[in-house]
Amino acid sequence: MISVEGLTHYYGNRRAVENLGFTIAENEIVGFLGLNGAGKSTTLKILAGLIIPTAGSVKIDGTDLIAANADFRSAIGYLPEDPPLYKEMTVYEFLLYVGQLKGRSADAVVARMPHVLKVCQIEHMQHRVIAELSHGYKKRVGIAQAIIHQPRLVILDEPISGLDPRQIVEMRQVVRDLGKECTVLISSHILGEIAETCDRVLVLKNGQIDAIGGVAELSAAATAKGGTRLTFQLRGTPELVTSALKSVSAAIKVAIEPDGEGLVKLHVALSEDQREKVVAALVTAGVGVRRMVEDDSELENVFLGLTQGATA
Amino acid sequence: MLVARRELAAYVNTYWGWTIIFVALLLDGLFFQALALTTTAQYSADVLSKFFFYTGGVALGIGVFVTMRLFAEERQTGTMVLLESSPLSDRQLVLGKYLSAMMFMGLVHVLTLYMPAMIFVNGKIGYAQIAVGYLGVMLMCSAGVAMGTWASSISRNQILAAAIGGVLVLLFVFCHWLAKLTDSPFKELFSSAAFYAKQFAPFEDGRINTENVVYFVSVTFGFLLLATQSLTARRWE
Repeated sequence: MISVEGLTHYYGNRRAVENLGFTIAENEIVGFLGLNGAGKSTTLKILAGLIIPTAGSVKIDGTDLIAANADFRSAIGYLPEDPPLYKEMTVYEFLLYVGQLKGRSADAVVARMPHVLKVCQIEHMQHRVIAELSHGYKKRVGIAQAIIHQPRLVILDEPISGLDPRQIVEMRQVVRDLGKECTVLISSHILGEIAETCDRVLVLKNGQIDAIGGVAELSAAATAKGGTRLTFQLRGTPELVTSALKSVSAAIKVAIEPDGEGLVKLHVALSEDQREKVVAALVTAGVGVRRMVEDDSELENVFLGLTQGATA
Repeated sequence: MLVARRELAAYVNTYWGWTIIFVALLLDGLFFQALALTTTAQYSADVLSKFFFYTGGVALGIGVFVTMRLFAEERQTGTMVLLESSPLSDRQLVLGKYLSAMMFMGLVHVLTLYMPAMIFVNGKIGYAQIAVGYLGVMLMCSAGVAMGTWASSISRNQILAAAIGGVLVLLFVFCHWLAKLTDSPFKELFSSAAFYAKQFAPFEDGRINTENVVYFVSVTFGFLLLATQSLTARRWE
């Protein structure tokens, strides 16, 4: 459905994205992952038709978005990080206005309204003035405005930033429901969220695509790039620990910090999975190993592994 | 029209819109009472002419405050993205905003009708002079609103938009002074561009000259075109 080729964009002399190329199938939920400045928002803005890229093409169902006239924007719904809301309006009035602004008749918007209110779980808020809503509900109204005109592509830039844990769980369901009726692109810093909701992940680094795939695929790729990260609680001195790890060739990053009386916390990144060797080296050197855990977020490992060397 | 309707509703549903209406009517009333209705005997037509002179000035002044929010406020509040991601063309967006401001200015001037009505009842003036006077006010207002629309389209905040719009309007109001300080061809250029001294004066007296109408329409069109271009240029950032 969406085909991006050679997408490049410069802000003045500063490169935001370069030579991006990917395809996204219909009704797929794709996550955009990357550090700040990696080019996520720029890519999403181009896909939303807000900015015209310096080079490259974006085709939606074979139609070139850049060459197409403004009418084509009615096929796209976009939610930026800060939801664009007219706060003096009620939720209902606002959605009715945005639906018409996006090219639908008032009757069509009214007919679709109950479904959108239900999907976004804001039925009971429809007659409230937007200024009075909590941040979480404003986000939901933001999503509602992005889908009220029944777009084929919905772009959500950081849809869960600023939400509390309960709202995040609810928002996850909202995004999953969206995937049943349209293609969804999401960027998020909350990595677990990408794993929970997205069919595929696209990792951006310094304006270029570093990896594309499912979470499992990317996890394997990250391990190959040095994605195994361990945290130890040890009894010993930092000098002793450092000296012990010199014999472990796979230890590419080591950080030691005090962790109470006579204890240290060791963070180590391994280029390959040699955790037995690490433990053996520490014990041989006389360091007491009290605890060892693998960093628990699988996707975080992927993210850190893949973005190593990126300039944030 | 959808954008114009929402914008107009935003004017009349907020204190800001009613404050502007209040200030405009207050100034118009004060000028009419203090400067048009003098104690010395004068022709009704002269009183009406003075009324339009002051009303025109007030219209240009409030036009700056009406237009400063058109695009700059949308940028400040982050709602510009709704317009930019809509299927409306930049030309339609500019036209919608411009029309909303003009409708609001029209509403303000409908509320001033009681003053010419008083002259009509107590003196000897024709409907035509009133109609032509208001036509002139709205044409000059249109040029000022177009300038303000452009200023708002290039500004990130409303204060900057008001400053740019205000300077521009003052420049066109007082450019006949510049004409006195410069030599040909600038002398003729500034002289003919002057809103009051050259282009609006015939309307005050109830006369319509095609050249004056064409001038105000041209200025309006020119600045609306610039506003459209500045919106389009932002997509190429």
